[in-house]
Amino acid sequence: MKCGGFRVSYRADERVFDTRWPVVGLVLLFVVLALAPRFATTYWLDVLNRIGIAVIGALGLNILVGYTGQISIGQAAFLAVGAYATAILEAKAGLPFFLAIPAAALLTSLFGLVFGLPSLRLKGLYLAIATLAAHFITTYGIVHWERMTNGVLGFNVPPAVLFGVPLDSDARIFYLIWALVIPATLFSKNLFRTKVGRAFIAIRDRDVAASVMGVSLFRYKLLAFLVSSFYAGVAGGLMAHHSRILFPDAFTLLVAIDYLAMIIIGGMGSILGSIYGAIFMTLLPEVLKLGATSLTGVYPNAFGMIASTRDIVFGLAVIFFLMYEPEGLARIWLRVKSYWALWPYSY
Amino acid sequence: MAEQIVFMLQLVITGIAVGSVYSLMALGFVLIFKASSVVNFGPGELVLFGAYVSWATILNMRLPLIVALPVTLAVAVLLGLVIERGVLRPLIGEPIISVIMVTFGVASVIRGVLNMTWGSDTRPFPVLFSQEPFHLGPVPVSPVHLWSFVAVMLLLLAFSAFFKYSATGTAMRATADNQQVALSLGVSVKWIFALSWCIATVVSALGGIILGSVRGGVDFSLADLGLKVFPVVILGGLDSIAGAIIGGVLIGVLENLSGGYLDPILGGGVKEVAPFVALVIILMLRPYGFFGKPEIERV
Repeated sequence: MKCGGFRVSYRADERVFDTRWPVVGLVLLFVVLALAPRFATTYWLDVLNRIGIAVIGALGLNILVGYTGQISIGQAAFLAVGAYATAILEAKAGLPFFLAIPAAALLTSLFGLVFGLPSLRLKGLYLAIATLAAHFITTYGIVHWERMTNGVLGFNVPPAVLFGVPLDSDARIFYLIWALVIPATLFSKNLFRTKVGRAFIAIRDRDVAASVMGVSLFRYKLLAFLVSSFYAGVAGGLMAHHSRILFPDAFTLLVAIDYLAMIIIGGMGSILGSIYGAIFMTLLPEVLKLGATSLTGVYPNAFGMIASTRDIVFGLAVIFFLMYEPEGLARIWLRVKSYWALWPYSY
Repeated sequence: MAEQIVFMLQLVITGIAVGSVYSLMALGFVLIFKASSVVNFGPGELVLFGAYVSWATILNMRLPLIVALPVTLAVAVLLGLVIERGVLRPLIGEPIISVIMVTFGVASVIRGVLNMTWGSDTRPFPVLFSQEPFHLGPVPVSPVHLWSFVAVMLLLLAFSAFFKYSATGTAMRATADNQQVALSLGVSVKWIFALSWCIATVVSALGGIILGSVRGGVDFSLADLGLKVFPVVILGGLDSIAGAIIGGVLIGVLENLSGGYLDPILGGGVKEVAPFVALVIILMLRPYGFFGKPEIERV
């Protein structure tokens, strides 16, 4: 029985997995995921796809907000740039998707650099307000640059084609999305074992102190924006392929707030937390929908209440987590696990 | 030529009228920030709340205005107390991101509750002022705008007097200036926090009533207006009441002028984005606004 972490070398201290069991669990999870399109219905595949996209987006936001401490209300704008850049590169420039998505992600990270420039002068609250303004300016650009984005009429995205097979169904796009979720998670997990990741954390904890210790704020703050918006660009590109039609309405401020809520509810500064948060926020409206469907017999108006119930539950969840569990679902999971690890002798 | 000047004057006058409502919302925002350094990211929902409650009391329950107004304001005070006591007091001293997100959460709950109770259709709002335009020299002015401007200015005067002369107002200024000193002089800082939220919800509710009667109806797009508070307070300085008032009017005029002159060139919607462009420029040049107090940070 394990009753403490005894690490006697730096190698042991830096290890991603302490024991063998999480690896076994992950492999099992991958097997289940790989088989999912065989038995899951289209509805649940669609939900799984949206979870995958949300995981990538939330990981990116967590790198910026949770690990580097730069508050950004601009995630929806990043996603929009990634999605529209992918769509335009494919539909107008004729690039295949495996070139278009990385290229769009690079474009998004350049965009993120510009977004991040104010962070050199502003922080905390002021940075949050600056990103809020940048969000409105970006969405204005997307709505009104009609020649490229088609404005409010919507932009049709051609399906991605891999070896002559069009990825046009939920089951086919599923593999593309989850094939990107896995490296995205691994990269971010490893990022915080490197010098760069530690510099991010130092900036979050106290930026003035970090700069006194020789961490270049200019370099690492911009790098954080770069990495984070690269993730958002990939997530946006996948959104373009998943929904196959893009409207500016899909990238409102509420989307940015949803992503912030994901990392708060999941756990700020936690990779696992980003994943839990993405799952929670994607499943919340679906669970409400299921609840409303079963209630329609008793209360015929239930379906019309979904939107408002979602707002209320969402708000209460955010308030609850901030007040009682600021470290989010990741922390709750840890507590549950340690309780059962010692059960029934919890002393 | 004369027509162009009239056009411009008209834009400026409408801008001042709309901007005065922004001033009112910004006043609420600045009060909360000054007293408790909480940034309220849901000012629009407070406005929406006031507009819906006054709609419900005036048109739905058919109360006379004399009764409906105090009822609305009492409900607004209650809302302020609930938010402050229930949500923000436990979060004193938490990181900024928590406080920002919790105000988003509160805003979301308010929106959901309003939507659930009254639905999201546009509600006709009682016309409190006559609609017939009159002429100020060559410029036609609608009385709604004039009256809303007058009402806002009276309110702002009343609040300025309150802060300057009353004991409570002085205590609020003292708390904003230095909490520890205020505490040692016998000011109940807790009570001041609650009071600042109540004043904020009350002025937002009044703003909602005025906006509702200017637009002739309330719906959820009112909440989007609330975000215009940010350009206003950044222009004026986050902790300056005078800055909020002047900033509101300036932003109102700016958005109307840019809408009037740039919309034909850029194809619509400039009005919505111009204040935010101004916000970014001001943040880069003078992050603490024109009337705000610079923060100095030490290791």
